[in-house]
Amino acid sequence: MTLRWWIADSLEMVKRNLRHIRRTPELLLDVTLSPIMFVILFRYVFGGAIPIEGTTYVNFLMAGIFVQTIAFAGVYTGVLLANDLKNGMIDRFRSLPMLQSSVLTGRTLTDLMRAMLAVAVMTVVGLLVGFRPEGGVVGWFLAIAVMLAFGFALSWLGVAMGAFVRTPEALQGLIFMTVFPLTFASSAFVPTETMPDWLRVFADNQPMTLVTNTVRSFTLTGTGGPDAIPALIWSVGSLVVFFPLALWLYRRRTSQ
Amino acid sequence: MTATTMIRAEGLHKHFGKTHALRGLDLDVAEGTILALLGPNGAGKTTAVRILTTLLKPDAGRAEVAGIDVLRHPTEVRRTIGVAGQNATLDEVLTGKENLEMIGRLFRLPASEARSRANGLLERFDLLEIADRVTKTYSGGERRRLDLAGALVAEPPVLFLDEPTTGLDPRGRLSMWDLIGRLAKGGTTVLMTTQYLEEADLLADDIAVIDHGKLIARGTALELKQRTGGERLEILVTNAEQVRAAAAALAKLSGEQPLIDVAARHVSVPVTSHGGVLTRAVRELDAAGVQVDDIGFRRPTLDEVFLALTGKPAGDETSVLEELAS
Repeated sequence: MTLRWWIADSLEMVKRNLRHIRRTPELLLDVTLSPIMFVILFRYVFGGAIPIEGTTYVNFLMAGIFVQTIAFAGVYTGVLLANDLKNGMIDRFRSLPMLQSSVLTGRTLTDLMRAMLAVAVMTVVGLLVGFRPEGGVVGWFLAIAVMLAFGFALSWLGVAMGAFVRTPEALQGLIFMTVFPLTFASSAFVPTETMPDWLRVFADNQPMTLVTNTVRSFTLTGTGGPDAIPALIWSVGSLVVFFPLALWLYRRRTSQ
Repeated sequence: MTATTMIRAEGLHKHFGKTHALRGLDLDVAEGTILALLGPNGAGKTTAVRILTTLLKPDAGRAEVAGIDVLRHPTEVRRTIGVAGQNATLDEVLTGKENLEMIGRLFRLPASEARSRANGLLERFDLLEIADRVTKTYSGGERRRLDLAGALVAEPPVLFLDEPTTGLDPRGRLSMWDLIGRLAKGGTTVLMTTQYLEEADLLADDIAVIDHGKLIARGTALELKQRTGGERLEILVTNAEQVRAAAAALAKLSGEQPLIDVAARHVSVPVTSHGGVLTRAVRELDAAGVQVDDIGFRRPTLDEVFLALTGKPAGDETSVLEELAS
């Protein structure tokens, strides 16, 4: 019974969020125009300068751009939640007999849809600039599953941060300061071999790299490669940690 | 006949940091009546409403709505209440109709029922023409009407209206008063907060005056006004030299001594009823040879009610000024 209401309330929240997106299309910039810009810039600026063993730079790059976009979009979910907390909409929801956690699931489910859109847009642009995934259809779908799972876990991190910070602006700064270095100190845009030892050890073992390598391996070879299991553990582990953390922070924030 | 108590608060305490918003507030509202919670900014009105509507947990005390414990069963309480006012905003990016339908759906109404209730309310509140516009574009009055409509989607037996007319122009205020008045006639129990005695006077069966987080007076509008000295008859004398003669003439109307202000050419006297008072006053003044520029009844203002009840003016403005001066 509760499960049924949880689904119904969450879908009602998704409907509201999608209406917001329809009337404020700028909310989709981070999953459409900005990844397109990244693909084109990296493809043509670094494409000639960075030799990749066994494949082209664009084939190497796409997994990185996919994961970067989805990671940013996932955490950005928190900014939208912080907005609702600021403008009083959450109090309206809290005065209604709905399941309160559905405000959060509605947010993360909407984010999953945004991530899917990002994947579709980037795939088309990638193919246009020479991306040739050779891992086959199954490899391609597994790559998408890995990205979306990671993005979904990160959207719960975003929600937790959104419930924690005082203002949406503060969260935007926080996201830039954390996610941005993580995407660059990883295998997203360049192989980690040339990095100094201390940085390479960090880069090789942090989740962004593990997920990127797995996506890359699925798209290019059709198999997950050695990082697939650690990548999965990171995604599931993040979800297991951030889901209850987000609910707890949200409850704490809203009952003050 | 025993009236059921639909809203009850006992010894509510709440503090935010060093500020004590509530210091042991007790309240009760009988079924089908309107209680106005009257007080200046910062008196604790909104905090009280937030606790009763499950949005805030008190530090101490208990509260019940429709017999349901607010702290123990918040979801059940939410099923029986409608909330409008500063605490529950609307979604600015959704249209009026979408807002109402969403609220209906979250109250677990079937989609068709949510739609038909939304339409009914939009029509009843004269919002049908702008039903498909996003609420960002609504005027203050339209927004408040939609807000009230939102509180009524589930046809709740208990309504909380937090300053439903603050910031509205006189026309918007009149139309809100009309809507609220009609609700109570339909048997809904209403707790509303206001800063205006006039509003409480017009709408409420009962008024609870709160200041610094405590109930300081409770009664009907008439009872409160009598406690503050009730209505006064005021005159403005043409010639300052005649102020004392005017006071002597007006003293005959009332057992009490008139108040005079020679410099302002002002005389006032408490009156208990309107019947024939004005004609008698004019006759007495004329007999005393006093010329008058203006004459009329004046109701006590919220400031005067506060002055009478607490011995100090309403609001924190004075203390702010004192702080600035020191």
